[in-house]
Parts: sequence; structure tokens; C-alpha cells
Amino acid sequence: MEIFIPNKEVSGCGLSGIINRKGELISGQLIIESICCQMERGNGLGAGYAAYGIYPEFAEYYCLHVMADSKHALKDVEEILAHKCYLVHQERIPTRPTPGITSPPRFRRYFVKPRYEGELREICEGTVDEDDYMVELVMRINKNISGAYVISSGRNMGAFKGVGFPDQIANFFRIEEYSAYIWTAHNRFPTNTPGWWGGAHPFTILDWSIVHNGEISSYGTNRRYLEMFGYHCTLLTDTEVVAYLLDLLIRRHGLPIELACMALAPPFWQEIDRMEEPDRSVCTAIRAVYGAAMLNGPFAILFAYNGGLVGLNDRVKLRPLVAARKGDFAYMASEEAAIRAICPDPEEVWCPKAGEPVIIELEPDTIPNQRSYLRGEPFKISAPVCRFPIAEEEEEEE
Amino acid sequence: MAFEIDAKDLHYRELNKLIRRAVAQGEKELVIRNVNGHRYLAAGLSAEVKIDVYGTPGLDLGAFMRGPEIRVHGNTQDGAGNTMDEGKIIVEGMAGDVVGYAMRGGKIHVASDVGYRVGIHMKAYMEKVPVIIIGGKAGDFLGEYMAGGVIILLGINSRYPERPIAGIYLGTGMHGGVIYIREGVPETQLGKALQIEPTDDEDRRKLERYLEEYCRDFGYDLQEIMAADFVKVRPTTHRPYGKLYAY
Repeated sequence: MEIFIPNKEVSGCGLSGIINRKGELISGQLIIESICCQMERGNGLGAGYAAYGIYPEFAEYYCLHVMADSKHALKDVEEILAHKCYLVHQERIPTRPTPGITSPPRFRRYFVKPRYEGELREICEGTVDEDDYMVELVMRINKNISGAYVISSGRNMGAFKGVGFPDQIANFFRIEEYSAYIWTAHNRFPTNTPGWWGGAHPFTILDWSIVHNGEISSYGTNRRYLEMFGYHCTLLTDTEVVAYLLDLLIRRHGLPIELACMALAPPFWQEIDRMEEPDRSVCTAIRAVYGAAMLNGPFAILFAYNGGLVGLNDRVKLRPLVAARKGDFAYMASEEAAIRAICPDPEEVWCPKAGEPVIIELEPDTIPNQRSYLRGEPFKISAPVCRFPIAEEEEEEE
Repeated sequence: MAFEIDAKDLHYRELNKLIRRAVAQGEKELVIRNVNGHRYLAAGLSAEVKIDVYGTPGLDLGAFMRGPEIRVHGNTQDGAGNTMDEGKIIVEGMAGDVVGYAMRGGKIHVASDVGYRVGIHMKAYMEKVPVIIIGGKAGDFLGEYMAGGVIILLGINSRYPERPIAGIYLGTGMHGGVIYIREGVPETQLGKALQIEPTDDEDRRKLERYLEEYCRDFGYDLQEIMAADFVKVRPTTHRPYGKLYAY
């Protein structure tokens, strides 16, 4: 895959995300219109989409989107999958020739389940351990097979990304043919890292996907921290660490989203000094324990999972983020215009505060394998948060 | 009769061309409809013209402009009035981040809230005194590095009841100009080397003059706004960091 090194210019990437809280499917056409309204925020060196709810017929299987340089690299991936997974279905990801998109890599998707050996089968099959198994598998492929990358690995979701403007990448992957209950999209303007197919956003692991506008200058620290937990950064772009941090903090360590976001964009010490208890102790603990997970530098991110969409700014708001709501729909984007392009009359438009997440979760029991991370005592934040009480049984399931 | 432009299917470059052409033809009143994310509207425009914008204009509305009066029937995005020189921007809704960045003349009136870093690096010289009046609340870094001009923060028309009237780091690095805040501001929100003072009669007269025009723009009640106390935030010295690198 060709790697383009950009001249350093000052601009910003564009983000857009939509969620329907009732799990109603939204046509890809809508997210394309929204991200293309922010065309000037990119420079043609990357665009991508993440879609949730697009593979209902295989909803129980992890879907691996694989991007590969060559048939040979793809074969290597398939060999690993044959040993490590039950494969229920595989196919080429449909693409169409698109003016301006030159020499794209190959794209295939595999619907799989972990294949445990021996007695582990009884202990682990069908349990949450499967997620860890898949993370390890993705890391192994991305690290060991040259020229092939797993670009998404969640259930009933997928990421589509590459080098081009968002309209080109949408046309290439036939995004308008998919319908999803959550969409995120990215229009890239690479600043410090190369523009290449693997480096386009979204970045993913399992069903986490993230699109990002900004620069993460703590990349080195974050990356070394993640390596201790078995996450390996292979995609040459700072944003990759955020996907793995989310998986580590929220899924593995069980932090509610509000606290995980606090670890990524913590309040200043002078603000913490002024807090009341128990908030002060909570913040102090988060900063002490997760110092190496803090993201330094300017960012606005949107991340999604099977169950929700979250927007977050760095703690001094050095990148733009706007949110809006209408009925069961919620929207977040870099520019208000990108929201109004697809929802001209929102009931509410607001600018989230620096470092305070906007969390919109689906209503409970809306989709298969739904995840909710709004657990525990709600930590008080002033940004509008969609909260839905979680039934007790569900908590026990986790 | 105002000159109308439908921006619906226009790229911002085409739209700006049409605006400039209309102004060159001597139009004094423009109405632009279906604006959505169009950048640099009226940027660098040097003319006496009234422009009514319907929709959400894009980044850097009225940047570098000298003279036009723009009324936005809606919200604006980031960078409205960037380095503007003369004229006026009236925003009937909210405004985004860095409103009036390095502004050196003219007025920006916002009915509701503004984002972060509003009035950053504003400056004034002789009779040129830029003014930003905010009806709602402001994010962090209001008036950062401010060198001159006037910011008036009212906090009366905000959609964020849970937020303080101004965010933290207010006036950080400020070394000129003045920020007036209705009903005061907690000292915790201020940057370093600033002082909060009560307003005197001269301040009140100045405020009344600025706010009279502001109230006319939005139909607000001047008496009601003036009924509260204002404080002013000013730098303690015009060179707060003069000794930072002196060793």
C-alpha cells in the first residue's frame, strides 16, 4: 500500500456521527451528505465510515474486515483464521471502480467465532472471554502478517476506509447501500502521520470504532502503556491508541464511560482541588491510576460501540464539536452545518464542554449483543447525557 | 428591494463571488437564504452594505471585513469576525469558538452563548475600539491575550443553566482592554494578573451606550439589563509577562 507523506499544513479533519436510539436503521446516504458538507476539512488523503447493525444475518459472529496488499497476504490471514476460528461465511467486500481512487488494496470480510482448543472450549466458549480472544487474534494478524490488516472486528458492524475524499470512499465501498442504527464518518487531513489506507479513520477493535480530529502528542506514552496489556499499534497513526484505550478502560477494566473519558481528558488539578467529595477523590484516583492513558494534545473524537455513540473534546477544547437532537435521533459533528445538512430543524443544538462526554445510548434491549457502559453511581457532569436505567438482570449478565 | 441570493446548491466560493458582484453593482441590502456551512461569507469585503443571512454560515464569517453589517438569523460557527476591522455582526442565536479573533474594530452582538476563546487577542488603537457583547455565557479563555477593546458578558440568555457565566482561564495573558460582566464572576475563573473591580459612573455610561444599541438589535429591555451590577475585569499591568524571560 502506498504511503503518502503530506506537507505539513494547518487544517482540521471533519467528523460526523448519527445514532437512532430506537435502533431504527439509517441509510448510508445520510451520513455521506453530512460528512461531505465538511469537504473543506479534508485534503483527500483519507476518509472512512463505521456502521452498526449492517450484518443482522450474522449478528452472532465477529465480522473481520481485512485489508490486504496482495493475494498472498490474504492467504496468510486465512491460514491463521482457519486454525483459530470457526468460519461461517466469507466474501469480498463489494466495491466499485471510482475516479480518483487508484490502486486500492483488496478487501474481504470473514464472519467468525473463536475456536478454543481442548478443555478451554467448555470454559470459554460463549463467554466474554471471546472478546479477549478476538483482540489477541487481531493483534497477531496486524503485527505478524506483512501487508494485511484487520480494520474492524466487531459483531454486526464494520469499518470502511481508505485514501480519498469522503464522497470517493463512499462511492468505492457503496456506503449508500448499507443501513445502520449508528454511523460515524471521517474526512481526513493528515498532519503528522502519513496518509495511507490503513491510516484512514475509523480505527477499531472489536465493536469499538473511533474517528478523531486533532493530534495526540502523548502517542508514545499511550502506546507503551497499551503494550503492557497486549495491544500493539501497527497503523502508524496516533488515533489508533484511542481505540485500544477504550477497550482496555471500559470493556476490560469496567470503567463507566464517564470515568473512562475522564481518564482520557482529565480535569486540571486546580479544578480537582475545588471539587467536593467524593468527586475529588474519584478524579484524583483516575488521574493517579490512568496517567499513562491521558491523551495530550488537541482532539475532538466520536466513538461508537454496539449500543451507543459518544463525543468527547480535549480538556481545553482545541477542536470543534457540536451536538444536536431530534426525536430518537442524535447527531454530533465538527460543524453545525454538517448536522443541519441532514436535519434542518433539530430540537436542540449545543456545544459540549471541554472534556465532558456526550453519551447517547440505545434504549435497552434494542439490538442483539447490546452493550451498555453507563454503570454504577452516575458521576455528575453537566453535559447532556442520555441515561437509561439498566435492568438488574442485564448487569448480572455482564 | 433587497437583492436575494439562494445559497442552496452553491459552493462557498461561488456564493462569495455573487456577494462581491452584487456589492460592486451598488446593492445596499442583500438577503442570502439557505446558507449552510458556507465559509468566509463577506470575508475581506470593504463596503457599506447590509447582509441578512438565513441558515448557519460556516467558519470565518466576515473575516477581515471592513464595513458590512451582517445579521445572522440563526447560529454561527467558529471564527466569526476573525480580524474584522469595521462593521457589525449580529447573531440571533449562538456563536461558536474564537469569535472576534484578533478583532481590531467594529462590533459583534450575540444574542445567546458563545464558545471557547472568544475575543482572543482583540486589540484597539485610537478611535478604533472593537466591541463584543454576549447575551449568554462564554466558554474558557474568554479575552485571552486581549490587548484592547471591550467585551461585555451578560449571561441572561443561555441554554446552559449548569455552567458558570464564564469558563476558566478568563483573560489569561490579557494586557489591555476591559471585560464587563453582569452580576460578577467567581475569582476562580480568572487567569493570572487580573483584577475584578466594581464599575463606576463612567463605566455605567459606557455600558449604557453599548447596550442600548445591543438591546435595539434584539428587542431586549435595556432597563432590565442595567438593573444589575456589573464588574469589570482588567489586567493589573500592561506587561503581565514582561519579566517572564528576563534573567
